[in-house]
Amino acid sequence: MNVQFREGPGAASSAETSVPAKTAIADCDIHPVRATATELHPFLATRWHEHLGTYGKHPYQGMMEGPPYPKAQPNASRRDAYPPEGGPQGSSLSFMQQQHLDPNNVVLGVLNPLATGQGIRNHELAAAICSAINDWQIDKWTSKDARLKGSIVVANEDGPAAAAEIRKRGGDTNFVQVLLLSRTVEPLGQRRYWPIYEAAEEVGLPVGIHAFGFGGNPITASGWPSFYIEEMVGHSQCQQAVLSSLVLEGVFDRHPSLKMIMIEAGFGWAPSLSWRLDKNWKRLKSEVPHVKRLPSETIREHIWWTTQPMEDPERRDHLFDLIEWVGWDKLLFATDYPHWDFDEPSRVLPPGVSDENREAFYFGNAKKLYGLA
Amino acid sequence: MTSPIAGGVDCDLHPAVPHLTSLLPYLDDYWRDQVTTRGMTDLISQSYPPNSPISARPDWRPAKGKPGSNLADLQAQALDPFGVSFGICNPLFGVQMVFSEDMAVAFTRALNDWLVREWLDKDDRLRGSIVIPLQSVEKSVAEIERCAQDKRFVQVLMLVMGDMPLGKRAYWPIYAAAERLGLPIGIHAGSSYHHPPTSVGWGSYHIEDYVAQAQAFQTQLTSLIVEGVFVRHPKLKMVMLESGFTWLPPYLWRLHKFWRGIRMETPWVDRSPLEIVRSNIRFSLQPVDAPPEPEVLNRLFDHMQSDELLLFSTDYPHWQFDGDVALPDGISSDLVKKIMIDNPLATYTRLKEPVRA
Repeated sequence: MNVQFREGPGAASSAETSVPAKTAIADCDIHPVRATATELHPFLATRWHEHLGTYGKHPYQGMMEGPPYPKAQPNASRRDAYPPEGGPQGSSLSFMQQQHLDPNNVVLGVLNPLATGQGIRNHELAAAICSAINDWQIDKWTSKDARLKGSIVVANEDGPAAAAEIRKRGGDTNFVQVLLLSRTVEPLGQRRYWPIYEAAEEVGLPVGIHAFGFGGNPITASGWPSFYIEEMVGHSQCQQAVLSSLVLEGVFDRHPSLKMIMIEAGFGWAPSLSWRLDKNWKRLKSEVPHVKRLPSETIREHIWWTTQPMEDPERRDHLFDLIEWVGWDKLLFATDYPHWDFDEPSRVLPPGVSDENREAFYFGNAKKLYGLA
Repeated sequence: MTSPIAGGVDCDLHPAVPHLTSLLPYLDDYWRDQVTTRGMTDLISQSYPPNSPISARPDWRPAKGKPGSNLADLQAQALDPFGVSFGICNPLFGVQMVFSEDMAVAFTRALNDWLVREWLDKDDRLRGSIVIPLQSVEKSVAEIERCAQDKRFVQVLMLVMGDMPLGKRAYWPIYAAAERLGLPIGIHAGSSYHHPPTSVGWGSYHIEDYVAQAQAFQTQLTSLIVEGVFVRHPKLKMVMLESGFTWLPPYLWRLHKFWRGIRMETPWVDRSPLEIVRSNIRFSLQPVDAPPEPEVLNRLFDHMQSDELLLFSTDYPHWQFDGDVALPDGISSDLVKKIMIDNPLATYTRLKEPVRA
């Protein structure tokens, strides 16, 4: 998020203002959107069109349309990201290329569709929509632009169905990760989700966990707060509970080659959470004998972090301390295009970073993690 | 090792009610009868199972009874060795878990009277926190006003996980009363268990609940700041007790960034979250969730950009440290004095006032 207080005719796209040729980057969080409500129909059985038309999605929250907390912008997206041909922001490949991929020299863009079958109470419907979204990613995006790679979205509350979808897509090079959302019915380390991790490890894909979603639980341990900002900030507390659960249930002890990515949930909290887990694991080991290693070591080895919205302390040396503790080799640059809190690539890292770390941050880590040449 | 200095304030001590029946002398006939006739069980919160390692340090665990239930032990193990002038008692008896507001009123009133009689009357160094029946805001205010007449009560105590986010306007009469009476609001780790302890439901383990306390403090700070509690009550101090503090800087960077981005949603918030925390929020020292290396801890203190935020605590009898190392290694003597003496006295202004008018 690059907060701008002044807007004028000169504040158009960054492409017009930047001068030198930009170095290649990976953008590990791009949100593709459907242009119309019927765009998914070719990939979805008639039964489910009719079902959706009659009953709606029936998610783990009350609103028939839109999110429970109104966003700060229409569709939580940049006002300058509406495609000229119409449709919501993020729904046009050509405009995404023109506004973002080309000018920012994105050579790898990871797609994370958010409005899918996840967070739906009817699990059969959830699986059908997720599978359709995966077909749609190939049809509309990855087959049309080789820079873009998809995420296998799965019915996250139905472990066996999710595992089947992962195995079905696992060998397909259109996809580079499995995508879950953080707000689930139970903490993601719990048994109902284990088939997902088993399948992901088997097909050799990392699992990305993107902040957001619906699982029926309030975003605080004291119930529902009043404001959108509380939900936005709360995602990073939610993600801490998710990661604690994954570590303390022994998911990484059972799946030693599993890699996970915390997407859009911040990474500033990683050190303090790791220290807190370590301290209490030493005291309370006897309760969790299946956890064999120091939690901080597990986190350091198995977890990657996307950068947007970038941690933004007043002092640059504080940011560098933080990244030293998390690991320069574990950060994956992301813009969150087309969302309003987009991080402009050229402004994210302050001066004072070595060329090697800069390259890893913007591209090298992603290339290695996703196994791309 | 960093040595404590004499004359400090221990801001987080946990005297334990031996059993619900210990409160019988402080209940009226109706509630005494209810407790006995219905065979009510003890109110022990699963936040602190009595036999869990974190609930009592091995050498602070009594031969019998609950850890923290014996005054002589508390004196010999906490007050004397750290040479404190004051120790603030924060009872964690599970009165917040009950659902009936009438029952909560009876039990909190009894608990506060028990604290005065069994602890504060028996050692001049001890001070108390007023436990309130949060099931009713009106009755909470009444209990604050009743207890505040005794100057040995120096704060109001709430738990970090309750029925609603703490910034909600419904709770503001409590904050108005506290500000008027010169009482900080202490927010302690623990839950009423009226909601799951995380935003993704119920974890499997005790350790998960305990780790999650830190995230609950974070969401409560957001609520308190963005709802505008400190705009309405600029003199009100709140103390995060047993919260951990190493999460604070990155948490604030994030809150600050989003506040800048979407402050139009809460336009009454007239100062940045960073400024609000520096002026109105304090943290007890223990637990120190940091690696043992002093250089890392000193970087963390630098990230906090203030030496006024921390208040000395042992968290007795909880097991946060071994031996005498209540203060982490490598901190300066200036900071020790701030943490042990200056910051607590500036926060708990009643400590400087005479106990009897």
